[in-house]
Amino acid sequence: MQNCGKSTFKRTSIDRLMNVLVLCIFGFLAIMCTILAIGNYFWELNEGSQFIVFLPRQDGNKAAFSSFLTFWSYVIILNTVVPISLYVSVEIIRLGNSFYIDWDRKMYYARNDTPAEARTTTLNEELGQIKYVFSDKTGTLTQNIMTFNKCSINGKSYGEVYDYTGQRLEITEHTETVDFSFNQLADPRFVFHDHALVEAVKLENPEVHAFFRLLALCHTVMAEEKKEGEIFYQAQSPDEGALVTAARNFGFVFRSRTPDSVSIMEMGKQCSYELLAILDFNNVRKRMSVIVRSPEGKLSLYCKGADTIIYERLHQSCSKLMDVTTDHLNEFAGEGLRTLVLAYKDLDEEYFNQWQQRHHEASTDLDDRESKLDQLYEEIEKDLLLLGATAIEDKLQDGVPQTIEQLSKADIKIWVLTGDKQETAENIGYSCNLLQEEMNEVFIVSGNSPEDVRQELRNARTSMKPDAVEDSVFLPERTLGKSVKVLTDEVVNGEYGLVINGHSLAYALEHSMELEFLRTACMCKAVICCRVTPLQKAQVVQLVKKYKQAVTLAIGDGANDVSMIKAAHIGVGISGQEGMQAVLSSDYSFAQFRFLQRLLLVHGRWSYLRMCKFLRYFFYKNFTFTFVHFWYAFFCGFSAQTVYDEWFITLYNLMYTALPVLGMSLFDQDVNDVWSFQHPQLYVPGQLNLYFSKKAFFKCALHSVYSSLVLFFIPYLAMCNTVRDDGKDVADYQSFALLTQTCLLFAVSIQLSFEMTYWTAVNTFFVLGSLAMYFAVTFTMYSNGMFLMLPSAFPFIGAARNSLNQPNVWLTILLTSILCVLPVVTYRFLLIQLCPTINDKVMFKVRQAKATPPPPTRRTRIRRTSSRRSGYAFSHAQGYGDLVTSGRFLRRPAVSRSSGFTHIGRTTTGFSPMGRSAGYSPTGRLQNAKVPDVEVTSLQMYRTIKDPAL
Amino acid sequence: MVKEEQELANRPDNTAFTQQRLPAWQPMLSAGIVIPGFVIIGLAFIGIGVALFVTSHSIQVLELDYTGVENTEPCYRCSDPSSKNCVCTLEFSIDSLFEGPVFFYYGLTNYFQNYRKYGASRDDNQLSGDLDYFKSPGNDCAPYQYNSNNKPIVPCGAIANSMFNDTFKLYQIIRGSKKLVPFDGKGIAWWTDYNIKYRNPSVTPLKNAFNDTVKPLFWSKPAYELDPTDPANNGFINQDFLVWMRRAALPDFRKLYRRITEGDYAKGLPAGNYSLEIAYNYPVMSFDGRKKVVLSNVSWMGGKNEFLGIAYLVIGSLCVVMSIVMLIVYAKFKFPEED
Repeated sequence: MQNCGKSTFKRTSIDRLMNVLVLCIFGFLAIMCTILAIGNYFWELNEGSQFIVFLPRQDGNKAAFSSFLTFWSYVIILNTVVPISLYVSVEIIRLGNSFYIDWDRKMYYARNDTPAEARTTTLNEELGQIKYVFSDKTGTLTQNIMTFNKCSINGKSYGEVYDYTGQRLEITEHTETVDFSFNQLADPRFVFHDHALVEAVKLENPEVHAFFRLLALCHTVMAEEKKEGEIFYQAQSPDEGALVTAARNFGFVFRSRTPDSVSIMEMGKQCSYELLAILDFNNVRKRMSVIVRSPEGKLSLYCKGADTIIYERLHQSCSKLMDVTTDHLNEFAGEGLRTLVLAYKDLDEEYFNQWQQRHHEASTDLDDRESKLDQLYEEIEKDLLLLGATAIEDKLQDGVPQTIEQLSKADIKIWVLTGDKQETAENIGYSCNLLQEEMNEVFIVSGNSPEDVRQELRNARTSMKPDAVEDSVFLPERTLGKSVKVLTDEVVNGEYGLVINGHSLAYALEHSMELEFLRTACMCKAVICCRVTPLQKAQVVQLVKKYKQAVTLAIGDGANDVSMIKAAHIGVGISGQEGMQAVLSSDYSFAQFRFLQRLLLVHGRWSYLRMCKFLRYFFYKNFTFTFVHFWYAFFCGFSAQTVYDEWFITLYNLMYTALPVLGMSLFDQDVNDVWSFQHPQLYVPGQLNLYFSKKAFFKCALHSVYSSLVLFFIPYLAMCNTVRDDGKDVADYQSFALLTQTCLLFAVSIQLSFEMTYWTAVNTFFVLGSLAMYFAVTFTMYSNGMFLMLPSAFPFIGAARNSLNQPNVWLTILLTSILCVLPVVTYRFLLIQLCPTINDKVMFKVRQAKATPPPPTRRTRIRRTSSRRSGYAFSHAQGYGDLVTSGRFLRRPAVSRSSGFTHIGRTTTGFSPMGRSAGYSPTGRLQNAKVPDVEVTSLQMYRTIKDPAL
Repeated sequence: MVKEEQELANRPDNTAFTQQRLPAWQPMLSAGIVIPGFVIIGLAFIGIGVALFVTSHSIQVLELDYTGVENTEPCYRCSDPSSKNCVCTLEFSIDSLFEGPVFFYYGLTNYFQNYRKYGASRDDNQLSGDLDYFKSPGNDCAPYQYNSNNKPIVPCGAIANSMFNDTFKLYQIIRGSKKLVPFDGKGIAWWTDYNIKYRNPSVTPLKNAFNDTVKPLFWSKPAYELDPTDPANNGFINQDFLVWMRRAALPDFRKLYRRITEGDYAKGLPAGNYSLEIAYNYPVMSFDGRKKVVLSNVSWMGGKNEFLGIAYLVIGSLCVVMSIVMLIVYAKFKFPEED
């Protein structure tokens, strides 16, 4: 809970902009009223004071007082510029768009029956403006399932499936799997596709046997056999679990261990190896070894570790095999698999005894034990013989690489913040397409002192942009009040990646260096922060929020992501994986990472589009409505006479124009979801705030000024001194009011029609219905019956009947409505022709394609044939070797079993953690459960690997 | 099957609405629509404009300002506020037949009937013949609510009080002698005003309804005696009163006074000399207003209004011009189809 961070009230940038705008509007209202009050003052002086013959001033003809009253009267009349009803409508639209997210079947995950959920209804349009995505790794990008996918044994690669012609086949769910029925102890959930490997095992190929023997012996996994033949492995890291399970299925079943022995079944034959030493894993060594004595009495050292490390320690005789294996390793690494290299060596009895002696001395030494041990390990782990390499897939969630590719096409920057180790994180970066082989460079920042980190960041930046200015570049800031500096986006040529380590990040986040870090990181296409704490996750998010005028989104599934979920503008929780904490503090939740692209590229984009269209139109319609009063003031002695009927003023926002614009903002879409996915670039305008900004608002206001001028002066000039076709009055106030309000309604309705790009039956019904409603209500209000009931409430009796039957009235309405929209149509048409936006282009394309296009080509596995990097990634922690050999966890008495097998040593039915293993949790968690991202320094939990092959 | 449905209990409904797949028409401002659209609108507007312009030109209008600002004007003498019951005569001639039916308007300029307080200064309840409001007129009528003796004014309010009270007589001068042109004062107000909105109280004689009330301060006659020639044209449904009470939208306005539809003049006013006899009562000089009479005939588009026709012509032509500009732009810059 302490790591959860502070809950803040989240608002969208549009909200904040709207608040500023509303303040501006208030100012604007005051200016208008002041102008009119001044106008009234002079009118009273020049005209009104003479007009007292017909209208005496009770207040004794004081122009100043009159203008004071006028000011307040106009505040009341013109208050429609202040969009009170806007807030209500905005909330309705957001609610509607939130429901769409809840209802979306394409964001519903059938496997655990989880629909997407919008847990807040206030942030929707912000989803269309995301610039930075901060993602957790385990459980979010990956499923935290390791599968043994491929291997290379003695220069032969296994794991691919080929058809008759030798063509490599895509492995799908339907690919035939290897039958492990020959092995009774095989784990039924383990899946492998290449039959060649099992054939090799059956043919007793010595290298293949040695390979699996190594996997069965060299590890720190605990086995638990509650029932005969049902073995559960408890592995400290899922990688190890996967390797041991693979060995198990290929006939080398690890059954139990004691502090000094390991018993395995080798092709149905029970063997017990004497465990002489475990040369434990650590992050510097990047390898672990065991020294065992086989039942035949042969002494061997089995070693597995990072390719780079092991290769340095191989015997010269392996050089040819090394080359072949290197090719395989590159291939595996290119596919984003996690690789380990396996090697062994037979030991000389005499030498070993001597070594063991020294080892014993060193391990009991009081000072400098670590380095002495390291030296000893170094000494014995040399001249190894290469066996092969394993390739483990850290299973990504479905569609993760595709999603990341889509998001980066939409110019969204993805930062992965993970507690995992650098290698692991980097590896996932490659396998989910975040880092790419084609990238110009991937910078790794792992300095241990502030100076190092600063230097590394500087170097990275200069190599990306040699001519960059040394000082940070800030945007001129214009927000009201707070003078926060905003970093500009710097464009670099080429694509770069940045990987930064937890301790380096701690320095980088310090006040003196944060800008340096941010500048460098923002130049990169992808950023991976590894070994970060929950607090650092939040700090990174806050850093970007603080200095970048960009919207951030954090996505995660565990309790350690809560802080960043809360810190980001939008927090997304992956539900149904581990606990509810992330979901509970999130704003949106769904079950799979891949739904993020739909949330952003479809729902977010539409929400933003709709909200902006709504705001632009709403301001337009209300400003137009109000400005007509302003113009009329100059012709009625600034007397606060309204242009329209009072009933119209009341119902304009409520009935006549509410539904059409709501309909637009609930249904509008420029192109459908399939096209949105095909053109992720459609998302970019949202990030740049193009659809609604102060500029757009200003444009709306100008448009309103134009429309209101047309709406006032065309009826004015058309009705001036004219009469009906029977000579009677039509230029009276009531007819004029009716004419103007009808023109207004037609003009705003037609304007809406041009805004709307998606006419559903509902929209048509709303637009036409509102117009019909207007006429129905107007004729009712102006009817005899209503007047006779309440003469003073309905003084407009007969106005509709007497003026709407006049051709010149209708001709005026036609002229006014057309004149209001003609410039808009012209402007937009020319704009589309001269500088079309991405939306215009895609919409044009859609028009040409007419029917929806075939869905985007089925995602293919991203394959790269060669790689220059190491695929080593092993989420193992130090300290387990000691734990295993010390035997401190094997306190429980052996459970006698009615087994036909001979048992060597004590059984390992269970173990109770003591002493050092205090951080250990015995609960066998679900497979999907994940390691907390932050590595607990050395002693991590053992978990039951139930289903490594899922 | 049932089990499966239970397992997917949370699955959202698959409807076009919830999945945002409602069938829709997606129009676009493409050249194929916009350019022909502009041409069609342009041509239609030019057509309408020509029709309006021609019609407007066929309407004859004769405007005579009789305020008497200059001392050369015949009514100069009457424009002095101190002169009472002043009558002046305006001579004019018509060159050709003024086609009938001819409408006789009086016009006022710089007169703010649209001033809010002025417009609100009336009591619709009283005017619809409700006797309760005869005794206590609405507060909106102030300061024309009660007179100095605290007697209610009926009809109350500034509009009624300021009713136009110049009267006109039109004579044709035939060989030196004056021949009265008959005026028709019936049916010059809206049907709804005459029949619904304004009602006299159902008291006979009408005079009794006005007991204990006083006439508006500026009025010379009480409401029930507005038209001595026709008892049915009195009270609140007097046609001149109704016309006046329909207040104008703009400070320059004209109101129908009489129609010339009878006798020798049913076909219109023949060419010749005319003499207009004006009983000059209404003061406008104080606020720099002007009074005029307007003789006009009408057409299907109402009174003469050049603006509408010209506006249609101009906008129609602009549309055609714009469509040509757009065509050029489209042909030259047609946006690249490939990104």
